[in-house]
Order: sequence, then structure tokens, then C-alpha cells
Amino acid sequence: MSLHDKSLTQLRDGIQQGDFSSREVTEHFLARIKKHDAQLNSFISVTEERALQQADAADQARQKNQGGVLNGVPIAHKDIFCTRGIRTSCASRMLDNFISPYDATVVDKLGNAGIVTLGKTNMDEFAMGSSNETSFYGPVKNPWDLERVPGGSSGGSAAAVAARLAPAATGTDTGGSIRQPAALCGITGLKPTYGTVSRWGMIAFASSLDQAGPMARSAEDCALLLQNMVGHDEKDSTCLNRAVDNYLSDLDNDINGLTIGLPEEFFPADLNGNIADVTRKAIAELEKQGAKVVSISLPSVKLSVPTYYVIAPAEASSNLSRFDGVRYGYRCEDPSDLMDLYKRSRSEGFGDEVKRRILVGTYALSHGYYDAYYLKAQKVRRLIRDDFARAFEKVDVIAGPTSPELAFGLGAKKDDPITMYMADVFTIAVNLAGLPALSMPGGFIDGLPVGVQLIGNYFREGQILNAAHRFQLATDWHTQAPTFAGDI
Amino acid sequence: MAINQDTILRVAHLARLQVSEQDCEETTSRLNDILSMVDQLQQADVGDIAPMAHPLDVHQPLRQDIITETDIRAEVMPIAPAQEDNCYLVPRVIE
Amino acid sequence: MQWETVIGLEVHVQLNTQTKIFSGSSTQVGAEANSQASLIDLGMPGTLPVLNREAVNKAILFGLAINADINRHSAFERKNYFYPDLPKGYQTTQLEHPIVGAGIVEIELADGRKKNVRIHHAHLEEDAGKSLHEDFHGMSGIDLNRAGTPLIEIVSEPDLSTSEEAVAFARKLHSIVTSIGICDGEMSQGSLRFDVNVSVRLKGEEKLGTRTETKNLNSFKFMERAIALEVERQIDVLEDGGTITQETRLFDADTNTARAMRSKEDANDYRYFPCPDLLPVNVSEAEIEALRDALPELPDTRKARFIEQYSLSSYDADMLAGDLNMANYFEAVVTQANDAKLAANWVTGELAARLNASDLNIQNSPVSATDLGQIIVRLKDDTISSKIAKQVLEACWNGEGSPDQVIEAKGLKQMSDSGELEKIVDQLIADNATQAQAYRDADENKRKKMFGFFVGQAMKATQGKANPQQINALLEKKLTQ
Repeated sequence: MSLHDKSLTQLRDGIQQGDFSSREVTEHFLARIKKHDAQLNSFISVTEERALQQADAADQARQKNQGGVLNGVPIAHKDIFCTRGIRTSCASRMLDNFISPYDATVVDKLGNAGIVTLGKTNMDEFAMGSSNETSFYGPVKNPWDLERVPGGSSGGSAAAVAARLAPAATGTDTGGSIRQPAALCGITGLKPTYGTVSRWGMIAFASSLDQAGPMARSAEDCALLLQNMVGHDEKDSTCLNRAVDNYLSDLDNDINGLTIGLPEEFFPADLNGNIADVTRKAIAELEKQGAKVVSISLPSVKLSVPTYYVIAPAEASSNLSRFDGVRYGYRCEDPSDLMDLYKRSRSEGFGDEVKRRILVGTYALSHGYYDAYYLKAQKVRRLIRDDFARAFEKVDVIAGPTSPELAFGLGAKKDDPITMYMADVFTIAVNLAGLPALSMPGGFIDGLPVGVQLIGNYFREGQILNAAHRFQLATDWHTQAPTFAGDI
Repeated sequence: MAINQDTILRVAHLARLQVSEQDCEETTSRLNDILSMVDQLQQADVGDIAPMAHPLDVHQPLRQDIITETDIRAEVMPIAPAQEDNCYLVPRVIE
Repeated sequence: MQWETVIGLEVHVQLNTQTKIFSGSSTQVGAEANSQASLIDLGMPGTLPVLNREAVNKAILFGLAINADINRHSAFERKNYFYPDLPKGYQTTQLEHPIVGAGIVEIELADGRKKNVRIHHAHLEEDAGKSLHEDFHGMSGIDLNRAGTPLIEIVSEPDLSTSEEAVAFARKLHSIVTSIGICDGEMSQGSLRFDVNVSVRLKGEEKLGTRTETKNLNSFKFMERAIALEVERQIDVLEDGGTITQETRLFDADTNTARAMRSKEDANDYRYFPCPDLLPVNVSEAEIEALRDALPELPDTRKARFIEQYSLSSYDADMLAGDLNMANYFEAVVTQANDAKLAANWVTGELAARLNASDLNIQNSPVSATDLGQIIVRLKDDTISSKIAKQVLEACWNGEGSPDQVIEAKGLKQMSDSGELEKIVDQLIADNATQAQAYRDADENKRKKMFGFFVGQAMKATQGKANPQQINALLEKKLTQ
């Protein structure tokens, strides 16, 4: 078995046992990135020199019986996480020259666990998009079909993991940005309960929705990575101060008696029949293992997309005001006055989709429209949360398709953003409610992966990871690799 | 609620974005697409539901009043687009 | 036409916490530009605010001091606008749910009339940085050291009708916030800044006129002048048939003029919304009660105590109790001198005049309370006369040493040796025999007028050190012998 076919857990164990060194593993993945990423474009920055230094340090630590639980294991970070001394671009021209003066808490925590950083992955600009086509650095290709999108916004992380250019990666999820690309690229990705992972150093898109999470090939690897990302952080007021759960200890538990709710709203009449089939088959596998399946309804979830497209742009319009060409980032040439400095720096520094969302958000918050848009959306948001709360009185896990569609062709939805927005219908409600959810590979249609989403109650990451792990013990969808980059 | 080009220009100014005349029409139509999708919200019967600003019902932690930050100019001033004498430089501010 | 003025104030009070409201940076003034601007204060991407407990406590203390409702749940919102001294492009503030609700501040005017001014609310927010215009060859330099300094903004109802009332109100707020120790009260450094909303209307009219806001006045004197100027301007405009535009105005103290501000004219759509990075702030009853117990003496209570304890006049008590530093100074002088009446006279008289002339605060007084107390002690034990005491004070003011050192070094001790004084008086009468004879020949009335001449001569001969009572007695005796 090639090093790149090994799971994150296997690599961790192999390095720990001395089967191979961190340097060997790191060099192997760097070589793969060098060889294959020109086609995929999944990385914005490859930090080779630093990665090798970290690998050597990890190898030395191992010899002294030191080093964290992920000592020497290489992963990639989405380029939304601030990394000290390394460009942190958020895939925007605005931050093309931004060398972060500090590390995000996620980067810090994983660093303390011994992680080696291979580089920073491509994404939709400021995480705004579901296809990874809004990046200043060009689109990412789906390794299952280079003519198709990998999904977004964490498309670079998903593509890199699927193509085995990295054993795992970090992602962020505001409306499905971990789960949807995980689904479209055939990997496993988890968005934790809001407040579980610190947002310090994660460049904000919509602060009340953003949450970082792991992207890897299996639920087991996600659990391992997640375990080293979570925990209270005094630097983030919204990061909860509660005991850290152990996501690994319950992975193998049987799922006998687990109640899975299937919301009718996740299986609408116009849902692609093949996707519905794959999803139902996956759920049948869980049933076979003793899970009980019941029908439920989440009536307000149908309003989640419009709700999201008020709240997320509103928060974003304010969050992105700091990019003004004054203290860091892009600044236009020879501004004639202050207004010119602001307007040109921001208009030249942001891409079209980002500007569109800033305009929508500014409008939704502006005088005379606040009640009709923002306040209304906040009220519907509570209805959506209440729907889930009622459902979780009856069920342990809610399941359905992650996305109503397969990876689509590059540029296919360029002129139809609304259709693309609507495709996030299954993932967005979870962010509005703040719940944990994951996407796992559930099968293939025409050689393209299909993701199945498992949604848990608050702080029940362990439960959905357990169900996904049990599913992956019985199936091999998650071990399938695209033929692209099959060699070294 | 459809918006017109004047509104777009006003909103763009508030957001400190330029919308050129040739782009204005397209931007307006794109934004109207989004807003008409968003207008589905108006069907919702929210009654006296309280608005929800945060996903979790938790309250603000408070920090001790102790100095923890140090002078970081050596790290942050070099990444500024324009600076002089430890200050960030901008075109003259007229009050 | 009879016009009536309506004034409301918005007062920004910098809280004297060690660190900023949302970051652990120092709030010390006078540091090198941007040396106290952390990642958070700079609005770096990915940074987040965490609320300072002391800022919350100090806001609550203010609320308790004005008997306001303390809101058990308050929340922060973002006020969005672009300005170079506002690094995040929004100010984190409170709008819908401020921490301090409605309260009352009582003011007393020069004629003794009292008036209640209603406080609409007071909220917590962050201060902005500073734009510097000098030395940047036509550009502006941005210093963000002040960005994030905690403020409470106190918003009054439009209950004030003259500039005198407005100043009395402003002074009272200054007195409260310094007395309860939440603000250093340094007006010249912008620790308290006043925005004045002014409108005028015809007497009897119920509807309020259009108001203007004159921003950032940082002295009582400027405030008084700015209000007078604005009232006059509005009346002129209206009497000429014009209308008042709602606008923000800037007062220039150097030229004593004001003009409408240009930069913020289009920025009045602030798009407030709840700050998603901060959670609702909960304050428990127990926390409020603990703060209530810790609330320092309020100026009104102190004034009453001064009248009671030190038998001061209302006027003196007002002067001494209003400012915490003044009050502390006064009480330290009393402790040293053991004479409240004299202490009050000296602090509100000679010392206050000197401080005023040099534009100094009591806390920067070159003469310590101990020294002033010692001067009074020496006055009372007849070591020096009150005239000499002023001389000693001046020497102490100039840093020439402690009162006793000054008295010793300059030989200012009062001459009370009757033998010695007798010799001087004898000599003096001999030297001025003609005047002495004239005195003896004069009637009671004339004598009274002439007596001063001899006292003057005696003081001149002793360089003012003669004990005045002894001199008087000796002269009276010797001149009539």
C-alpha cells in the first residue's frame, strides 16, 4: 500500500511505530502535490520548506518519545485560516499579499498535536460559493472528473483529500462548505456544533454560522482530526466552555436501536431519483445494523435558503468592511482621496460574487428594509431551529442526501447563481440551527460520488461519527479513489 | 421588493463599492433575482416569534482587566500598504 | 419673537480600565503611535472581541450612581460606517439593549435652583482611533492606540434649556464619574467629550425644532460658547425666514466659530444589527448588589456630609465636594490642619486661584495637601501671620521646600518677643515724632485713620514678621503714653 493510500490514522500509527518517518510521508505528499496539482489547482500555497522543517522536528520528537498525538502527520489547511508568516489569502485578490502575523487557534491546536502543514488549499473567495469557481486563483477541478467542479467553498481541501494529495484537511462550513464539497468529491467531512471549534483566526464570512471542521477520507479520520481541533478558547466569545467530548471512544459502538429520522423535506418529489436511491440504500445499511428509521417533517426548512441569503450576506457585509486598503491587504494605485481609496481598493480587491453578497447584505440591513429582511430572517431562523428541536425529541440522527445534485460542469451555473444557491437547501438549515452534521460517501452515480448527510443533535458529533464509522466498516465507498493521480 | 439602479448605487456607496454604469443594469438584475428568491420569507408566519441572533442560548463570557497584549508594530506595520512614523497613511481625512 | 432653547447632551466617558473593552491592550495615553494596537484593535482578519469585565462593572456603577435601571440582559450591536480611525468598518456599541436604562441627574444652578435632568440610557461602546493631520505632507496618519478604549455614552433627554444648565449638567456628570472612580476626568485628553444637541422653538410652541449636533466638545467653556453660538445662529436663520438643517457641526475653539461637518453627511444609514461575535451580556442581581455595596460616596452625599461634618457653607461644600480629587485634597488638609474652616478658605481661595491661573488640576497642585495643612498649622500656632502664610505658600508652590523649611530658610517666623517688638515700636515713634504728636492731638476718628500708618511702618521694619496683635497693642499703648 502506497503511503498516500493510507488513512490519517494509519499514517499517524506508522510514524509513531517507526514504520516510516514523517519526512518520508511529507516528501511523498509534497511530490504528489508537485506532480498533480497543476491539473487540480487545489492548493493556493504549498509550504514545502516549512513542512519539511516541521517533519524533521516531528521525527526528532519521536526519537525522544515526545510529540503530540498527531506527531508528524501532514495535512492541508483551507486558506481561510490565518497562518503566521504564510500568505493567508481567503482566495481573494484583497488578501493576495497578506502574510498573517498570527496563527488561527485551529492551526495552533493542530500544530501542538504535531501536525505538519503541507500548504493552504483553494476555496471560493471569502468562502462565498458552492463550486470553487469564485477563487481569485482560478477554479479547482474535481478529481473524479476534471471537467467538473469539486463543490465549495472548501473545494480545494475536498479535491486534495479525494486525490490523495493530502490525507486530510481543514475546512469551514457556513452553509454547507465542508459537507457539499465532501459529497461531490467522495470524502467525509464534518461541521461541528456551532461554538465547538474556535473561530479565532478563521477569516469571518458569517460569524453566527461559520464553523471549522475536519475533512478526511473516513469518519474515523475525521474523529481523530476533530479531537485535536475542538476545545474552549478564551479568544472566541462564542466558543463554548464545556468539557471536550471523546469522539474516538464510541466510534465502534453498535448502532442497534439508533433512531434515524428521514425528513420528507429532504426527499422532495423533484429530487434526482438516483441520488434518492443511493441515499435510501445507505440508510438501509444502517437499518440492517439495527437502526430504526422513522419519517419526520421539518416544515420551516424550506425557508432556509432565503433565510440564509439574508443573514449570511448581512453579516458578511459588515465582516468584510475591514478590508479597506488601510492596514493590510490590497490597496488601489494612487487614490485621489479617501473615498477613492475605499471604493477602488474594495472594488478591485473583491470578486463579483463577494461584491454581490456585500450589496445584498448592505441592502438587507439598510434603513427601511431591516424589519422586512433581517429581522424576519432571524425569526424564521428560530422556527427552523425549533423544527429540529422537535424532531430530536423523537430521533437521534436525521439523515438525507447532502446535495440534491452531483458535481456539475465547470462554468455550468455561472449565469445562474440562484439555482446554485438553492442547491444548498439540505445543508443550510443545519448552520442556521447550529447543529453538527457530516457528509459521507454513500455510493456513485455515473462515476461521480454521492454524499449522505447525517445530522446530530447539539454536541452529538460522537453519535453521527459512530453511525458513519459503522457504515464505513460495512461499505467501501469511502475507500474508492479517483483514477486521476493513481500513481505516485 | 424589486430594487432599481438608483437604490443599487446608493447601497454600493454605503458599502464603498463602485458599480460602473455599464455594470449597473446587470448588477441590478442579479440582485433582483436574489431578492425575489429571498422574498419567499414574506410568506412565513412568524407571529410573535423572537428573533434569533445566535444559534445557542448562551451568554457573553467576561475577560479579566489585565494587559495581555504587547507592542506588535514590528510585525504589523510592514504589511501595511502605506505607513510612516508608525502611523497608517491615508489620503487626507477631511472632517 | 420670544425663543426658547432645547438642549440634550450625549456624553462620551472614557472608562479608566487597564485594558480595552474588547482586547487586552493597554489604554494608557501618551504611548508611541500604534504601540498599543493589538491584532483585535487593528481589525486583523479573523480576530474576535472578548468583553472586559471591568468595563461592564464601571458602566453598572454609573447606572447605580444615577439610580438608573440596570438591564439584566444587554447586547452589543454593530454600527457600520467607513472611517480610517474605525479599523473594522463598524463600531461595536449598544442600541436596542443598553446596559443602563433610564435614570435621573439632579443639577444645581448658581441661584440655588435645582433641576432634574432625565437620562434616557447609557450604553457601552468602543472608542475610535485618531487621525493625525500634521507632519504627513498632505496625507493623514492613523494612530489606533485609542481604538477600543471603553466608553459609556450617556444620553440625556432634551431637558436643558440654557447653556448654564447644560454646563451644570456636564459638570455634575464629571463630578459623578470621577467620584465613583470610573473615569479620570481629564477633559483636555478627551476623557469626557460632549455632543450637544440644540434646537430652538418659539415660546409656547410644543413641537421641537430641528436640532443640530455639535460634536466632541471637551471643555465646559467650549461647550458654553458652542451652545451660545449655535442658539444665536439658529435664531438668526429662523428670523430671516430660513430653516434649520439637521446636521453635525464642529466647533473651533481657536476662532470661536462652528461649521457643518462634511465627512459624515452621507453616512447616516448605520445599518445597526446584533454583533454576531458577542453574546448577550447577563448581569445577576448578586453582581449588581455587590457593585452597589462598593459604590463610592456620591458628590451629593459628600456635599451634605461636608456641610454637616465641617460646618461649611453650601457654596464652599459645593466647590469642595464636587470633584473627588478636590474633596480628597480638602479632607487631607483638614486632617493635617485640624481646622475645616481655614482649610476650606485656603483651598477654595488662595490655592484655587493659583491653580486656576496656571490652568492646573488639584491633583497636579505643586503644593501638597500636607504642606498646605502645615502652613495652616503654623498660622494657627502664631508662627506666621496670614500675610506671611501666603508668602510661604508661594515658596512651596515654587518648590522651595516644605513650609517649615521655607519659614526657617527665609526667617519668616513671626516676631512675638515683646521686648524686641517694644524696642522697634519705641524707635519707630522716635523716628516719626511729628506724626506721633499729631496722633496724640487728634480725636478718636482721626486717630483711627492715622493708626494704620504706624502699623505699616512696624511691618516694614520687621519685614512683615511682627505679630499683628502684639504690634497693635504696643502701638496703642506707646502712642497714647
